Amino acid sequence: MARFLIRRLLHSVPVVVVSSFLVFAMVAASGDPLAELRGRPGVSDATVALRSEQLELHKPVHERYLGWAGSAVRGDLGTSVGGEPVAPMVLRHLGVTLRMVLLAVVVGIAGALVVGVGTALRPRSVLDRAGSVLSMVLLATPVFWLAGLLKDVGIRFNELVGRTVVFTAGERSPATGASVASVVADRLGHLVLPTLTLALVAMAGWSRFQRAATIEVLNAPYVQSARARGLPERRVVGVHALRNALIPLTAVVATDFAAILGGAVLVEVVFAWQGMGRLLLDAVARSDVHVATGWLLVTASVVVVLNLLADLVYAALDPRIRNP
Amino acid sequence: MASTAGARQLLRHPGAALGACGLAAVFAAATVAGRIAPDGHRRLSADFSQAPSLRHPMGTDAIGHDLFLQVLHGAQKSLQVAMVVTVLATVTGTTLGALAGYRGGWVDSLISRLTDLVLTVPVIVVLVVAAARLREQRESWLVIALLISVVAWPQTARVVRAAVLSVRERTFVSAAQALGASPLRILVVDVLPNAVAPIAVSATLTMATAVLLETALSFLGLGVAAPETSLGRLVATGQSAAGTRPWLFYFPGIVLVTMCVCVAAIGEGLRSALDPGRDDR
Repeated sequence: MARFLIRRLLHSVPVVVVSSFLVFAMVAASGDPLAELRGRPGVSDATVALRSEQLELHKPVHERYLGWAGSAVRGDLGTSVGGEPVAPMVLRHLGVTLRMVLLAVVVGIAGALVVGVGTALRPRSVLDRAGSVLSMVLLATPVFWLAGLLKDVGIRFNELVGRTVVFTAGERSPATGASVASVVADRLGHLVLPTLTLALVAMAGWSRFQRAATIEVLNAPYVQSARARGLPERRVVGVHALRNALIPLTAVVATDFAAILGGAVLVEVVFAWQGMGRLLLDAVARSDVHVATGWLLVTASVVVVLNLLADLVYAALDPRIRNP
Repeated sequence: MASTAGARQLLRHPGAALGACGLAAVFAAATVAGRIAPDGHRRLSADFSQAPSLRHPMGTDAIGHDLFLQVLHGAQKSLQVAMVVTVLATVTGTTLGALAGYRGGWVDSLISRLTDLVLTVPVIVVLVVAAARLREQRESWLVIALLISVVAWPQTARVVRAAVLSVRERTFVSAAQALGASPLRILVVDVLPNAVAPIAVSATLTMATAVLLETALSFLGLGVAAPETSLGRLVATGQSAAGTRPWLFYFPGIVLVTMCVCVAAIGEGLRSALDPGRDDR
């Protein structure tokens, strides 16, 4: 198992290296990072030249990348155009985004299990058909429009009850009470709508997948034999069938991580979160090479780690993988 | 023979036909509008921020654009992008996937690694970064379509590779090889026709992805640039006004969702028609 995980990790190294170089080169070629500094009144040419020297703008791109990569493996992601160290900056934004994404994945899986297994037990029922139409529409709905829709609904709901129940802008209030409870309540109030947006989209695909897997497992001989032995249906479905029906879902969830992080960029824009999405868009707008590449490095690592986690769950569910 | 059976199956799934009709209707309406009033989406009127009326079926925005004409124009641009991407990505993906599956070896490794690259890196980064540089070109929608094609082909490649791998081992391929047919001929005449079903399904998925990515980019202000417009741009403008002028947000959004559902319905119909066993599960 350990060897399997290490091999998986090693496989992802070239992917991360190539993609970080691509982003580095593309952002480096995209414009002048010092344009803002130059435009500021009272900034001397010497200041601009010094900053340009510090950012090594005169060197060719591959040399700059190698220099950056050399320090990146030691945990130093360089400084932004504004002079702020990139690593703490990216990690701060990552915390904000992960809060939304991880919760959305958990909610999405829970919802997919309930809907998927529920509809699988009554295939072709009214509920099942409604579920399949609804999930098709949700899957086809662009995430930014769904976010905007939920935001509008949230605002109207707040107006209706006369106070702010679900927040529609930002990831936190500027000032919250000092107690832990009020901080948690504030964060949760801000989380509801963005998380719901991501979870709904994820759930739409996953629930159909879970439905198909459950139906297949329910027809398997070992489930029929469990039934024949007179086990209660609750135990047959909940224990015997579910365990094997979870295996395909784990694989799908793992492959969707990158897409969910991509969707989070759009959700953050709609709900005005200061997370990874904002960070990336700002970095690209400013041609900030170090921030954009740091963003990519951290995001790709998160995807790789989450994929490994999914592999572990996969192995826990399927003994054939543990002892190949 | 297989194709007539497939056609009959397709008729049993009216969703696909409805989806195709829906898309054709949007495209036809946009083309007609473009002919009658080529600059209609750009023309300003004195009706600022008007609610939907007979004069302006979808209302107007703050500077007097007719939203109906804008939505039609935007839908057309989105569909154009989607069609270019579907063709380019399907051709590229099929070619490379078939090569990887038939040749194996280092060709296969290289193409498989490229596919991994797209799956590990959120596609939106590549697009956001590249679009920021390239969209100042004149035909911005074409640039966006090319960009999306670059990230969209690996999905098809993966599907085609798997299909080719399984067909390659069949006896008629060995027979063709024994007869001395060239690899290219075997691929085109013997192997690919047997992979048409997965290619067709994956093409509709590509189309859906293309619409979603193009509108997302335009929503972020990095896609189709002015004076052109796209449904994503319109949603972005309408989003801030959803509370006071809901038509600006809801009309472009509903047209966009309808288009996406149409594409999904075509894909779903194709899939059940080409793989009837799947339906009974």
